Amino acid sequence: MNEITLRLNDEAVRLPAGTPLTDALQAWHYADRRVAVAVNGEFVPRSAYAGRVLQDDDRIDIVAPVGGG
Amino acid sequence: MDALHDDTLTLYDEAFASRFLLGTALYPSPTVMQEAIRAAGCEMVTLGLRRQNPAGGDGEAFWQILRDSGCRLLPNTAGCRSAREAITLAQMSRELFDTPWIKLEVIGDDYNLQPDPFGLLEAARELVDQGFKVLPYCTDDLVLCQRLRDAGCQALMPWGSPIGTGRGLMNRYALETLRRRLDVPLIIDAGLGAPSQAAEAMEMGFDGVLLNTAVARAHRPPLMAEAFAEAIRAGRKAYLAGLMQQRQTASPSTPTVGQPFWHRDGG
Repeated sequence: MNEITLRLNDEAVRLPAGTPLTDALQAWHYADRRVAVAVNGEFVPRSAYAGRVLQDDDRIDIVAPVGGG
Repeated sequence: MDALHDDTLTLYDEAFASRFLLGTALYPSPTVMQEAIRAAGCEMVTLGLRRQNPAGGDGEAFWQILRDSGCRLLPNTAGCRSAREAITLAQMSRELFDTPWIKLEVIGDDYNLQPDPFGLLEAARELVDQGFKVLPYCTDDLVLCQRLRDAGCQALMPWGSPIGTGRGLMNRYALETLRRRLDVPLIIDAGLGAPSQAAEAMEMGFDGVLLNTAVARAHRPPLMAEAFAEAIRAGRKAYLAGLMQQRQTASPSTPTVGQPFWHRDGG
Protein backbone atom coordinates (compact mmCIF):
# COMPACT_ATOMS: atom_id res chain seq x y z
CA MET A 1 0.00 0.00 0.00
CA ASN A 2 1.27 3.47 -0.86
CA GLU A 3 1.99 5.68 2.12
CA ILE A 4 2.35 9.40 2.47
CA THR A 5 4.27 11.34 5.12
CA LEU A 6 2.75 14.41 6.72
CA ARG A 7 3.49 16.66 9.64
CA LEU A 8 0.92 16.57 12.42
CA ASN A 9 1.50 19.45 14.83
CA ASP A 10 5.06 19.51 13.57
CA GLU A 11 5.74 15.81 14.03
CA ALA A 12 6.15 13.35 11.17
CA VAL A 13 3.31 10.86 10.72
CA ARG A 14 2.48 8.36 7.99
CA LEU A 15 -0.89 7.53 6.46
CA PRO A 16 -2.12 5.42 3.55
CA ALA A 17 -2.33 7.48 0.38
CA GLY A 18 -5.83 8.74 -0.36
CA THR A 19 -6.88 9.11 3.30
CA PRO A 20 -9.57 11.74 3.84
CA LEU A 21 -9.17 14.09 6.82
CA THR A 22 -12.16 12.47 8.58
CA ASP A 23 -10.39 9.10 8.66
CA ALA A 24 -7.08 10.66 9.66
CA LEU A 25 -8.70 12.39 12.65
CA GLN A 26 -10.26 9.06 13.61
CA ALA A 27 -6.92 7.28 13.35
CA TRP A 28 -5.21 9.99 15.41
CA HIS A 29 -7.93 9.76 18.13
CA TYR A 30 -9.28 13.26 17.58
CA ALA A 31 -12.66 12.21 16.27
CA ASP A 32 -14.68 13.13 19.35
CA ARG A 33 -12.38 15.90 20.61
CA ARG A 34 -13.13 19.60 20.71
CA VAL A 35 -10.60 20.65 18.08
CA ALA A 36 -10.24 22.77 14.96
CA VAL A 37 -8.04 21.91 12.00
CA ALA A 38 -5.84 23.74 9.52
CA VAL A 39 -4.00 22.16 6.61
CA ASN A 40 -0.96 23.98 5.26
CA GLY A 41 -1.91 27.06 7.24
CA GLU A 42 -5.45 27.23 5.86
CA PHE A 43 -8.51 26.63 8.03
CA VAL A 44 -10.50 23.54 7.09
CA PRO A 45 -14.11 23.65 8.32
CA ARG A 46 -15.68 20.50 9.77
CA SER A 47 -18.03 20.26 6.83
CA ALA A 48 -15.02 19.83 4.52
CA TYR A 49 -13.27 17.03 6.45
CA ALA A 50 -14.79 14.18 4.48
CA GLY A 51 -13.93 15.65 1.11
CA ARG A 52 -10.39 16.69 2.02
CA VAL A 53 -7.96 13.99 0.91
CA LEU A 54 -4.57 14.44 2.54
CA GLN A 55 -1.47 14.72 0.41
CA ASP A 56 2.18 13.89 0.91
CA ASP A 57 3.96 16.69 2.84
CA ASP A 58 0.73 18.27 4.11
CA ARG A 59 1.15 20.18 7.36
CA ILE A 60 -1.75 19.56 9.73
CA ASP A 61 -2.38 21.79 12.74
CA ILE A 62 -4.91 20.59 15.29
CA VAL A 63 -5.76 23.02 18.09
CA ALA A 64 -7.88 22.92 21.23
CA PRO A 65 -8.96 25.50 23.83
CA VAL A 66 -6.42 26.66 26.41
CA GLY A 67 -6.33 29.46 28.95
CA GLY A 68 -5.43 32.76 27.33
CA GLY A 69 -5.16 36.46 28.08
CA MET B 1 -24.03 50.58 42.93
CA ASP B 2 -27.16 52.40 41.76
CA ALA B 3 -25.14 55.10 40.04
CA LEU B 4 -23.89 52.49 37.58
CA HIS B 5 -27.18 50.66 37.24
CA ASP B 6 -27.87 51.78 33.68
CA ASP B 7 -24.26 52.38 32.75
CA THR B 8 -23.59 49.54 30.35
CA LEU B 9 -20.62 48.92 28.10
CA THR B 10 -21.74 48.45 24.50
CA LEU B 11 -19.55 46.43 22.15
CA TYR B 12 -20.84 45.67 18.67
CA ASP B 13 -24.40 46.54 19.78
CA GLU B 14 -24.27 44.17 22.74
CA ALA B 15 -24.58 45.53 26.25
CA PHE B 16 -22.40 44.42 29.14
CA ALA B 17 -23.02 45.41 32.74
CA SER B 18 -19.40 44.70 33.67
CA ARG B 19 -16.45 46.68 32.32
CA PHE B 20 -13.97 44.08 33.49
CA LEU B 21 -12.73 41.47 30.99
CA LEU B 22 -10.57 38.71 32.44
CA GLY B 23 -8.02 36.33 30.95
CA THR B 24 -8.00 32.63 31.76
CA ALA B 25 -4.28 31.78 31.67
CA LEU B 26 -1.68 31.33 34.40
CA TYR B 27 -3.97 30.42 37.32
CA PRO B 28 -2.64 27.89 39.84
CA SER B 29 -5.66 25.65 39.19
CA PRO B 30 -8.95 25.60 37.27
CA THR B 31 -10.83 25.95 40.56
CA VAL B 32 -8.97 29.13 41.46
CA MET B 33 -9.67 30.47 37.98
CA GLN B 34 -13.36 29.73 38.45
CA GLU B 35 -13.40 31.57 41.79
CA ALA B 36 -11.55 34.52 40.25
CA ILE B 37 -14.04 34.79 37.37
CA ARG B 38 -16.87 34.79 39.86
CA ALA B 39 -15.19 37.38 42.09
CA ALA B 40 -14.46 39.62 39.11
CA GLY B 41 -18.12 39.63 38.11
CA CYS B 42 -16.96 39.72 34.51
CA GLU B 43 -19.19 38.84 31.57
CA MET B 44 -16.49 38.21 29.01
CA VAL B 45 -13.36 36.07 29.33
CA THR B 46 -10.51 35.57 26.91
CA LEU B 47 -9.06 32.22 25.97
CA GLY B 48 -6.71 30.78 23.40
CA LEU B 49 -6.09 27.88 21.03
CA ARG B 50 -3.00 25.74 21.04
CA ARG B 51 -1.85 22.56 19.37
CA GLN B 52 -3.37 19.60 21.07
CA ASN B 53 -2.05 16.09 21.06
CA PRO B 54 -4.71 13.45 21.50
CA ALA B 55 -3.27 12.24 24.80
CA GLY B 56 -3.75 15.64 26.43
CA GLY B 57 -6.99 15.39 28.36
CA ASP B 58 -7.03 18.51 30.51
CA GLY B 59 -8.91 20.71 28.06
CA GLU B 60 -12.39 19.42 28.77
CA ALA B 61 -12.48 20.45 32.45
CA PHE B 62 -11.23 23.92 31.52
CA TRP B 63 -13.87 24.20 28.84
CA GLN B 64 -16.61 23.06 31.20
CA ILE B 65 -15.73 25.73 33.77
CA LEU B 66 -15.84 28.47 31.15
CA ARG B 67 -19.16 27.26 29.85
CA ASP B 68 -20.61 27.08 33.35
CA SER B 69 -19.40 30.63 34.07
CA GLY B 70 -21.98 31.98 31.61
CA CYS B 71 -19.39 34.45 30.34
CA ARG B 72 -19.19 35.35 26.70
CA LEU B 73 -16.03 33.88 25.19
CA LEU B 74 -13.47 36.13 23.54
CA PRO B 75 -10.94 33.87 21.80
CA ASN B 76 -7.57 35.41 21.03
CA THR B 77 -5.00 34.98 18.30
CA ALA B 78 -2.11 35.20 20.77
CA GLY B 79 1.30 34.38 19.40
CA CYS B 80 0.42 34.93 15.76
CA ARG B 81 3.21 36.68 13.84
CA SER B 82 1.45 37.52 10.59
CA ALA B 83 -1.96 38.56 9.35
CA ARG B 84 -2.29 35.19 7.61
CA GLU B 85 -1.68 33.21 10.82
CA ALA B 86 -4.07 35.40 12.80
CA ILE B 87 -6.82 35.08 10.18
CA THR B 88 -6.51 31.28 10.13
CA LEU B 89 -6.56 31.05 13.91
CA ALA B 90 -9.58 33.37 14.06
CA GLN B 91 -11.43 31.13 11.63
CA MET B 92 -10.56 28.07 13.72
CA SER B 93 -11.80 29.89 16.84
CA ARG B 94 -15.06 30.86 15.21
CA GLU B 95 -15.84 27.24 14.46
CA LEU B 96 -14.63 25.81 17.75
CA PHE B 97 -16.30 28.36 20.02
CA ASP B 98 -19.20 29.15 17.75
CA THR B 99 -18.60 32.88 18.10
CA PRO B 100 -17.72 35.73 15.74
CA TRP B 101 -15.90 37.58 18.57
CA ILE B 102 -12.12 37.69 18.29
CA LYS B 103 -9.39 39.43 20.24
CA LEU B 104 -7.03 40.04 17.36
CA GLU B 105 -3.33 39.87 18.18
CA VAL B 106 -0.53 40.08 15.64
CA ILE B 107 2.76 40.26 17.48
CA GLY B 108 5.63 42.20 15.95
CA ASP B 109 8.48 41.80 18.41
CA ASP B 110 9.54 39.11 20.87
CA TYR B 111 11.04 41.43 23.45
CA ASN B 112 8.01 43.57 24.26
CA LEU B 113 5.33 41.54 22.43
CA GLN B 114 4.36 44.76 20.71
CA PRO B 115 1.52 44.48 18.21
CA ASP B 116 2.63 44.67 14.57
CA PRO B 117 0.51 47.59 13.37
CA PHE B 118 0.76 46.67 9.69
CA GLY B 119 -0.18 43.01 10.10
CA LEU B 120 -2.86 43.96 12.61
CA LEU B 121 -4.58 46.35 10.22
CA GLU B 122 -4.39 43.87 7.35
CA ALA B 123 -5.90 41.09 9.47
CA ALA B 124 -8.56 43.40 10.93
CA ARG B 125 -9.77 44.44 7.48
CA GLU B 126 -10.04 40.85 6.32
CA LEU B 127 -11.77 39.58 9.46
CA VAL B 128 -14.28 42.46 9.52
CA ASP B 129 -15.07 41.57 5.90
CA GLN B 130 -15.63 37.97 6.97
CA GLY B 131 -18.15 39.07 9.60
CA PHE B 132 -16.01 38.84 12.71
CA LYS B 133 -16.51 41.16 15.68
CA VAL B 134 -12.90 42.22 15.92
CA LEU B 135 -11.39 43.62 19.11
CA PRO B 136 -7.83 44.45 18.10
CA TYR B 137 -5.05 44.46 20.69
CA CYS B 138 -3.14 47.52 19.53
CA THR B 139 -0.55 50.04 20.62
CA ASP B 140 -1.52 53.53 21.73
CA ASP B 141 -0.64 54.98 18.30
CA LEU B 142 -3.41 57.39 17.35
CA VAL B 143 -3.21 56.95 13.59
CA LEU B 144 -3.16 53.15 13.85
CA CYS B 145 -6.24 53.30 16.06
CA GLN B 146 -8.00 55.59 13.59
CA ARG B 147 -7.20 53.19 10.75
CA LEU B 148 -8.50 50.24 12.74
CA ARG B 149 -11.72 52.11 13.44
CA ASP B 150 -12.01 53.02 9.77
CA ALA B 151 -11.50 49.33 8.91
CA GLY B 152 -14.70 48.59 10.83
CA CYS B 153 -13.45 47.72 14.32
CA GLN B 154 -16.23 48.95 16.61
CA ALA B 155 -14.01 48.83 19.70
CA LEU B 156 -10.26 49.00 20.23
CA MET B 157 -7.98 47.59 22.89
CA PRO B 158 -4.81 49.67 23.26
CA TRP B 159 -2.09 48.46 25.60
CA GLY B 160 -1.37 50.14 28.90
CA SER B 161 2.13 48.67 28.77
CA PRO B 162 3.59 45.41 27.41
CA ILE B 163 1.84 42.13 28.27
CA GLY B 164 2.68 40.76 31.68
CA THR B 165 4.82 43.71 32.82
CA GLY B 166 2.43 45.21 35.35
CA ARG B 167 3.78 48.68 34.64
CA GLY B 168 0.43 50.38 34.28
CA LEU B 169 -0.29 53.24 31.88
CA MET B 170 3.14 53.87 30.35
CA ASN B 171 2.14 56.73 28.07
CA ARG B 172 -0.63 58.80 29.55
CA TYR B 173 -0.39 61.47 26.90
CA ALA B 174 -0.91 58.99 24.07
CA LEU B 175 -3.79 57.33 25.88
CA GLU B 176 -5.45 60.65 26.70
CA THR B 177 -5.11 61.59 23.05
CA LEU B 178 -6.82 58.36 21.98
CA ARG B 179 -9.66 59.09 24.36
CA ARG B 180 -10.08 62.62 23.02
CA ARG B 181 -9.88 61.69 19.35
CA LEU B 182 -11.84 58.43 19.18
CA ASP B 183 -15.46 57.88 20.08
CA VAL B 184 -15.48 54.08 19.81
CA PRO B 185 -15.26 52.06 23.03
CA LEU B 186 -11.64 51.77 24.20
CA ILE B 187 -10.56 48.99 26.51
CA ILE B 188 -7.13 49.06 28.14
CA ASP B 189 -5.65 45.65 27.46
CA ALA B 190 -2.39 44.44 28.95
CA GLY B 191 0.22 45.78 31.30
CA LEU B 192 -1.94 46.58 34.31
CA GLY B 193 -0.44 45.33 37.57
CA ALA B 194 -2.47 47.05 40.29
CA PRO B 195 -6.10 48.01 40.84
CA SER B 196 -5.04 51.65 41.18
CA GLN B 197 -3.81 51.52 37.56
CA ALA B 198 -7.17 50.15 36.42
CA ALA B 199 -8.94 52.91 38.33
CA GLU B 200 -6.68 55.46 36.65
CA ALA B 201 -7.61 54.14 33.21
CA MET B 202 -11.30 54.30 34.03
CA GLU B 203 -10.98 57.83 35.48
CA MET B 204 -9.46 58.87 32.14
CA GLY B 205 -12.62 57.76 30.40
CA PHE B 206 -11.61 54.36 29.09
CA ASP B 207 -14.58 52.08 28.70
CA GLY B 208 -13.18 48.92 30.20
CA VAL B 209 -10.16 46.96 31.26
CA LEU B 210 -8.85 43.55 30.18
CA LEU B 211 -6.21 41.86 32.29
CA ASN B 212 -4.94 38.45 33.23
CA THR B 213 -1.52 38.22 34.88
CA ALA B 214 -2.15 40.66 37.73
CA VAL B 215 -5.05 38.50 38.93
CA ALA B 216 -3.76 35.05 38.03
CA ARG B 217 -0.34 35.60 39.60
CA ALA B 218 -1.60 37.17 42.82
CA HIS B 219 -1.22 35.09 45.97
CA ARG B 220 -5.01 35.09 46.21
CA PRO B 221 -6.41 35.51 42.70
CA PRO B 222 -10.11 35.73 43.68
CA LEU B 223 -9.36 38.50 46.16
CA MET B 224 -7.32 40.38 43.57
CA ALA B 225 -10.12 39.95 41.04
CA GLU B 226 -12.50 41.54 43.53
CA ALA B 227 -10.04 44.38 44.16
CA PHE B 228 -9.82 45.10 40.42
CA ALA B 229 -13.59 44.92 40.05
CA GLU B 230 -14.02 47.52 42.80
CA ALA B 231 -11.29 49.75 41.34
CA ILE B 232 -12.87 49.62 37.89
CA ARG B 233 -16.25 50.58 39.30
CA ALA B 234 -14.71 53.35 41.41
CA GLY B 235 -12.80 54.73 38.43
CA ARG B 236 -15.90 54.64 36.26
CA LYS B 237 -17.96 56.45 38.87
CA ALA B 238 -15.25 59.10 39.20
CA TYR B 239 -15.21 59.62 35.45
CA LEU B 240 -18.99 59.99 35.33
CA ALA B 241 -18.94 62.31 38.35
CA GLY B 242 -16.30 64.56 36.74
CA LEU B 243 -12.83 64.97 38.24
CA MET B 244 -11.76 68.37 39.52
CA GLN B 245 -9.09 70.28 37.63
CA GLN B 246 -5.60 70.12 39.09
CA ARG B 247 -4.14 73.47 40.15
CA GLN B 248 -0.77 74.81 41.16
CA THR B 249 -1.59 76.75 44.32
CA ALA B 250 -3.28 75.53 47.47
CA SER B 251 -6.82 76.61 48.12
CA PRO B 252 -8.37 76.07 51.57
CA SER B 253 -11.41 73.86 51.63
CA THR B 254 -12.49 75.06 55.09
CA PRO B 255 -13.93 78.63 55.02
CA THR B 256 -11.47 81.32 55.99
CA VAL B 257 -14.19 83.67 57.21
CA GLY B 258 -14.48 83.45 60.99
CA GLN B 259 -11.03 81.97 61.47
CA PRO B 260 -10.17 82.22 65.22
CA PHE B 261 -6.80 83.39 66.59
CA TRP B 262 -6.37 85.48 63.44
CA HIS B 263 -4.03 88.47 63.52
CA ARG B 264 -3.61 90.93 60.68
CA ASP B 265 0.02 91.61 61.43
CA GLY B 266 0.88 88.01 62.08
CA GLY B 267 1.53 88.73 65.82
